[in-house]
Amino acid sequence: MQATTHALPHGAVAHEAHHEELGFWRKYVFSTDHKIIGIQYGITALIFLFFGFCLMMMMRWSIAYPNTPVPVVGPLLEKVLGADKGVISGEVYNQFGAMHGTIMVFLGIVPLAFAAFGNFVVPLQIGAPDMAFPRINMASYQAFVVGGIIMLVSFFIPGGAAQAGWTSYSPLASAVATQGQTFWIIGMVFLITSSLLGAVNFLATIIQLRAPGMTWMRLPFFVWSQFVTGFLLLLAFPPLEAAAIMQLMDKVAHTSFFLPSGLQISSLGHISGGGSPLLWQHLFWFLGHPEVYVLILPAMGIVCEIIANNTRKPIWGYKSLVYSALTIGFLSFIVWAHHMYMTGMGTKISTFFQTTTMIISIPSVIILTCLFLSLWGASIRFNAPMLFALAFLPMFGIGGLTGLPLGFNYSDLHLHDTYYVIAHFHYVVAPGTIFGLFAGIYYWYPKMTGRHMSEFWGKVHFWTSLIFMNLIFQPMFAQGMAGMLRRMADGGANYSAAQVPGAIGGLSPMIMHFNQTISIAAWCLGLAQIPFIINFFWSIKHGKPIASDNPWEATTLEWQTPTPPPHGNFEKAPEVHRGPYEYSVPGAARDFTPQNEA
Amino acid sequence: MDIPYTSEPRQDTGLFNAKVGIWLFLASEVMLFGALFSSYILLRVGAEPGEWPHGLLNIPLGMTNTIVLIVSSITVVMAWASLKMKNFARFKLFQSITLLCALAFLGIKSYEYHDKFTHYEVWLKDGKIADGHLVENNADTIVLHHAHYVDKEAAAKVTHAWQEREIKEEEITIKKSDIRLREGGKLDMESYGPWHNTYTAIYFTLTGLHALHVIGGAIVIFFLWGPLSGMWKTDPERYTNRIEISGLFWHFVDLVWIFLFPVLYLL
Amino acid sequence: MSDNHDAHDFQKHVKRYLFVFYALIVGTVITVAASWAHIDSVAITVAIALFIACMKGFLVAGYFMHLISERKMIYGILLATVFFFAGLMYLTIWSMQPESLVHIR
Repeated sequence: MQATTHALPHGAVAHEAHHEELGFWRKYVFSTDHKIIGIQYGITALIFLFFGFCLMMMMRWSIAYPNTPVPVVGPLLEKVLGADKGVISGEVYNQFGAMHGTIMVFLGIVPLAFAAFGNFVVPLQIGAPDMAFPRINMASYQAFVVGGIIMLVSFFIPGGAAQAGWTSYSPLASAVATQGQTFWIIGMVFLITSSLLGAVNFLATIIQLRAPGMTWMRLPFFVWSQFVTGFLLLLAFPPLEAAAIMQLMDKVAHTSFFLPSGLQISSLGHISGGGSPLLWQHLFWFLGHPEVYVLILPAMGIVCEIIANNTRKPIWGYKSLVYSALTIGFLSFIVWAHHMYMTGMGTKISTFFQTTTMIISIPSVIILTCLFLSLWGASIRFNAPMLFALAFLPMFGIGGLTGLPLGFNYSDLHLHDTYYVIAHFHYVVAPGTIFGLFAGIYYWYPKMTGRHMSEFWGKVHFWTSLIFMNLIFQPMFAQGMAGMLRRMADGGANYSAAQVPGAIGGLSPMIMHFNQTISIAAWCLGLAQIPFIINFFWSIKHGKPIASDNPWEATTLEWQTPTPPPHGNFEKAPEVHRGPYEYSVPGAARDFTPQNEA
Repeated sequence: MDIPYTSEPRQDTGLFNAKVGIWLFLASEVMLFGALFSSYILLRVGAEPGEWPHGLLNIPLGMTNTIVLIVSSITVVMAWASLKMKNFARFKLFQSITLLCALAFLGIKSYEYHDKFTHYEVWLKDGKIADGHLVENNADTIVLHHAHYVDKEAAAKVTHAWQEREIKEEEITIKKSDIRLREGGKLDMESYGPWHNTYTAIYFTLTGLHALHVIGGAIVIFFLWGPLSGMWKTDPERYTNRIEISGLFWHFVDLVWIFLFPVLYLL
Repeated sequence: MSDNHDAHDFQKHVKRYLFVFYALIVGTVITVAASWAHIDSVAITVAIALFIACMKGFLVAGYFMHLISERKMIYGILLATVFFFAGLMYLTIWSMQPESLVHIR
């Protein structure tokens, strides 16, 4: 059982001998094995992440240099989307904006953070042979792919993709005359179904398939974070599904769920009215806010695993971490309307949501504090995964703290819908979550392939990404506070002081100049991902082979399997005798004691 | 290693996997229908006086459908109990009644849908509003059965399902030239489809989604009852569990209808 | 309910199921009767209908779905669901109060 015997990357074939040999399609495409599905999810999601980022790089051109043809991809835009002379028009910009958000959140980060890492790691960490419902797992991935394809296809229909932002506020979403929004809704229904199937599966797996001795308080924190995330997806997504169905009815059956009386828009035709735009916002943000924690919790889990492993110390305050994650899970359902202060819901309800919002920051701070304190006095191994994990802490810290002014009713009135909001949540999700996910990829890659990714190129990837991420998002705080609104294709040129001399509140030349620096930093960030992409694929065949099944000398169960783990994962059912982070136990022979060591 | 607890319960939770799975799934279903019920309340509370129709639906039909679903619920649970008592023939019988009930429910539901799609509201040029079932749509006239002229002021005072029943119904023939025109030149007449007002919108959405659940549940029950019933011979315990799981879903569908019926038909 | 019951035990269960069945039918008839009883107060009509619906729901969930004797884990899942459902419904409707600027009218 111990970590030395199966060093050969592809030695695992022998363990599969007693299973019937599956053909290529059953093994890699229609697989029911949680590890293959995890990798499928991972690669698909990475492709979507890159695609979503490409959309943003093109939008950044329009913001920095409005009404000029996009270099390099301009002719392509003209051919595919009919962009005149390769200039990004307002309509195309809106499509890109809406799809950037949708793709990054629903097709990129959630599938990568929750489905990919969850699928690959969770059953291994709890000592299970597979997920509880392997075929539902496969169906979940397939629904995800179908949803993704529908989203992509919508670019090519007449009029193009959805244009009402990733939040798809009605009546705007219904009023856009094209069918892009219909595609968006149908795509979302598939993605939601996929997430629901995944959530049911994860929760059932964690509840039912823990190995003997794996009690709740011996679960690695990553499993806890996935457990809470699963509950958030399970209970927050259905209201959005209901809202999507209603918006679909508005679009297809000409109902008026979200269309108020007296609304006259020619593209809508005759409507009965009587609906409520506020209802959409409620149902959307009822998902939307728990979704924020869906994005961040798995990254926190990954970071926690990596910090424990590379500080060679137990995590400081394991129980506080677990209870904080559970508290976040509960509270995240009753803070959603802090996205809606500007709707005029009324002061009492705003006060309620302002209060719960301030309360929910406490458990987040506790988690971050525990992770920081875990570093105290450690002799840290600064490898690529650890660097990303360490950078996560201050980056998420900046993102979190800048969220407080948005949680307060009065300061939000000024900052709402500006670049400040963009900077805030991108600090949480981009250098926050995505760094956590990169850390996870570098960390678990050896278990997936039997080889390490290049340490040197990993560090190049890290330092360049860190610098450019901050160059992108730091100036956006200033732009937002100066009053620059989001979702403007010309980057606010119409509101610049240069355009309207003497106007009060015009955007100053310095604020406008940030548009160019941010855009250049964004394209550099794109270049900075090239080492990662090459490293990722090159290392599959040519990376440094691992020295043992447990190359990081970790304690958790996923490292106590052959590499890569065969079908059924463990050679014999593991039995758990201790907590997840028993590093440097005094008196032990080694500085790590695996969970299954008696 | 094979996946454990597929049919025998795990020691500490006392449950087998699928039982956990179905309850998690039902929890998400509660939120799905919960969101739609919340929308119903919000739309109803916000509706202009008189805009929210009362007594639009046929209560005896709704009641029949309620009873049909209750009958199907008892047969589902009896079918499971029969399996527990090792009486496969009785299980087959009970489940076939369940399937017939599902068909009956869908039949009645589609009749009700058809009824709403032929039920028209017609605005006349003199300001009157005719309301009834369109039976003839000729070149220059339309004929409404069970029709009456709507008194908007009186309708605004209606708060209960029973009040509108007191209206005298007759056959009305209307000249098309008397019908008001909409922007774009179309006749200003509209059936009680989902587009008619927020009530019909939420009615069709809720019952439509519920009907999809009935169809889905019936398909699962049918497959377990017919093509997959061979499992009773090979693995009776797991088969019984599957019947229990499909039954739990079916009861949930019944449960939703128990709330849908008073909310949409009676209040 | 996954324990091994003998046939006699199940006879008792069957009796209970039938009792629940009759109660559901009676509940349905009472709801319809109450809605036709020409009660003037809307609040009372709504309260009666929802009360009976809740009782029927309790019977179906409790006895047909065996919730009355289910395991703790299931109760936990459902308790969380009920909490979030209540939050969704209550807070959403709260934002429609007259002091709010955005109620539909």
